[in-house]
Amino acid sequence: MAAANGKSRRGIEEPAFIRRILIGIAVGFVGVFLLLPLANVFAQAFAKGWAAYLQSLQQPDTRSAVLLTLLVSAICVPLNLVFGVIAAWAVAKFQFRGKALLITLIDLPFSVSPVVSGLIFVVMFGAQGYLGPWLDSKDIQIIFAVPGIVLATLFVTFPFVARELIPLMEAQGSDAEQAALTLGATGWQTFWHVTLPSVKWGLLYGVILCNARAMGEFGAVSVVSGHISGLTETLPLRIEKLHQEYQSVGAFSAASLLALVALITLGLKTWLERRQAAEQAFGQSDSPSSHEH
Amino acid sequence: MSIELRQVSKRFGSVSAVEDVSLTVADGELVALLGPSGGGKTTVLRMIAGLEVPTSGDLLVRGERVNDVPVQKRNIGFVFQSYALFKTMSVFDNVAFGLKIRNTPQAEIEARVDELLKLFGLDGLGRRLPHQLSGGQRQRVAIARALAPRPSVLLLDEPFGAVDAKIRQELREWLVRLQRELHVTTIFVTHDQEEAMEVSNRIVIFSRGRLEQIGSPREVYEEPKNEFVARFIGVLNVLELTVQNGAARLNELSFPTHGVPEGQTLRIGFRPYAVQISRNLQEYPHSAVIRHVYFLGVQLRLELETPSGLILRTRIVKDDFLRQGLEQGSSVSFQIREYRVLSTGANSLSPEVATVHSAANFAEGI
Repeated sequence: MAAANGKSRRGIEEPAFIRRILIGIAVGFVGVFLLLPLANVFAQAFAKGWAAYLQSLQQPDTRSAVLLTLLVSAICVPLNLVFGVIAAWAVAKFQFRGKALLITLIDLPFSVSPVVSGLIFVVMFGAQGYLGPWLDSKDIQIIFAVPGIVLATLFVTFPFVARELIPLMEAQGSDAEQAALTLGATGWQTFWHVTLPSVKWGLLYGVILCNARAMGEFGAVSVVSGHISGLTETLPLRIEKLHQEYQSVGAFSAASLLALVALITLGLKTWLERRQAAEQAFGQSDSPSSHEH
Repeated sequence: MSIELRQVSKRFGSVSAVEDVSLTVADGELVALLGPSGGGKTTVLRMIAGLEVPTSGDLLVRGERVNDVPVQKRNIGFVFQSYALFKTMSVFDNVAFGLKIRNTPQAEIEARVDELLKLFGLDGLGRRLPHQLSGGQRQRVAIARALAPRPSVLLLDEPFGAVDAKIRQELREWLVRLQRELHVTTIFVTHDQEEAMEVSNRIVIFSRGRLEQIGSPREVYEEPKNEFVARFIGVLNVLELTVQNGAARLNELSFPTHGVPEGQTLRIGFRPYAVQISRNLQEYPHSAVIRHVYFLGVQLRLELETPSGLILRTRIVKDDFLRQGLEQGSSVSFQIREYRVLSTGANSLSPEVATVHSAANFAEGI
């Protein structure tokens, strides 16, 4: 972005007042709609001081919501990491029928409303759902329980890692892997020593985004959770409930945790984008024929 | 013999990439696989490496069939056109990779890598990453990496394709020297006939998946088996003539024929050096005008145009050209010292072996 700015300044110079107006609108918009609310979250959380802030975070239901959120992302992120690597490998290294369809389907959770995603699981596993009676007979509860929350989160965060890796791995081709094979490496050694290091920044990037979404997901989780305080409430659901109960400090204290996750994610994301840009510039110089960015 | 292909074919779906190729490469040879792109030469190289499996036929290394031996077990060194260096590893780690995979002791790895880096003029660069190297250095790292585990064969895919012309020349000479020093059997793929002629002991010429000819650079140049080879190696003048009154004729040119029926079409070819020219218009039987002069260094390439409009290419030493006072537009007389019949009939790329006519035989015909 910085480079593009510098370029346009030289090439197609706009009159100074237009530049100022546009920059002013952009900065003003970001300030009013993004920075102000964010600042407000922390302001409200600390409205009654540090003690009240810490105390509200130590409410048993809020604590269990934090723990549940950590548990869900601890299950979903590794699973989607493994899935994402497998899917990216399959798409980038093999030719097969239906490959384009597979790529489209991987993106599906992004285009479906989270509420609909949640409803899908209710229809599947709910008491009146297709598998409901069978699950009931085995005494397995999925909807209105932790497994349902995990499934819904898994579904919603499904594309992050795969989408990050597919273009990266496609651009890199498979010459380096083949070279490793000719040098005697097994498939696993090749993956571990050659493929994984070359995509590590992209992978980390995908994982961080996946984690942010897993912790912050509301819609899909809300549908399957049942909102049982202390049992099936994740942090976003807890915030909503506290807010509806007019516990302003409690709600905003919990919200500040999610805001913090968002800020850390943003910081890591920026840092990783730089690393990745550097790496891809190098990838380009390594293979002059490639025009991928 | 080191490597043998017996009637090897490779099909990708319905596309035939390599058809019925048989060839042997002896220990210590430096062989070029030459042909236009899409000719199947890279596929042959990849089959030898084990990166592709032949659809039919046998692949033998030291007399043992290796069709089903996986790539890891073949002990070959393969250098990719893109070099395919491991970009997250240092030069040292790249070269050491094959040894580490084989669980070689650390001290031995260090000794071997240092030895190779020194041999390849890369000492001091061991800690650099690939993107901090020049194109020529990257290629040497790729070759060093392939050679580190002491492979029985070194395979190179278009080794000089990605570097600029000036470095290419140095690399060619370097590769020849290296191969002589290490005495490792080497096969490389190229589409550049000059490169193949200069570097290799033997050339294998492919076109459209078929093997056209195997021979020393001199053999394929002087005794091409067919028109494709003759045209691909060096510059060739080709004329299509018709037999009339016992001789093959085209405009003012005629060539003697032996037992070719009247009305038959005949294609003949001759190298530029076979066309002799003289400022003295009486010296040779035909006349022409110099249309273009191409400066090649010590030699010049001339384009001659006969009165009827035929274009012939010839070569002349620069000193000779100047001594005779020739220039673009000069009128000259010329003769064709030797030529070969490429094919009879309209079939332009017939693989049939051409007949050589001696210069003496030819002279009486003119």
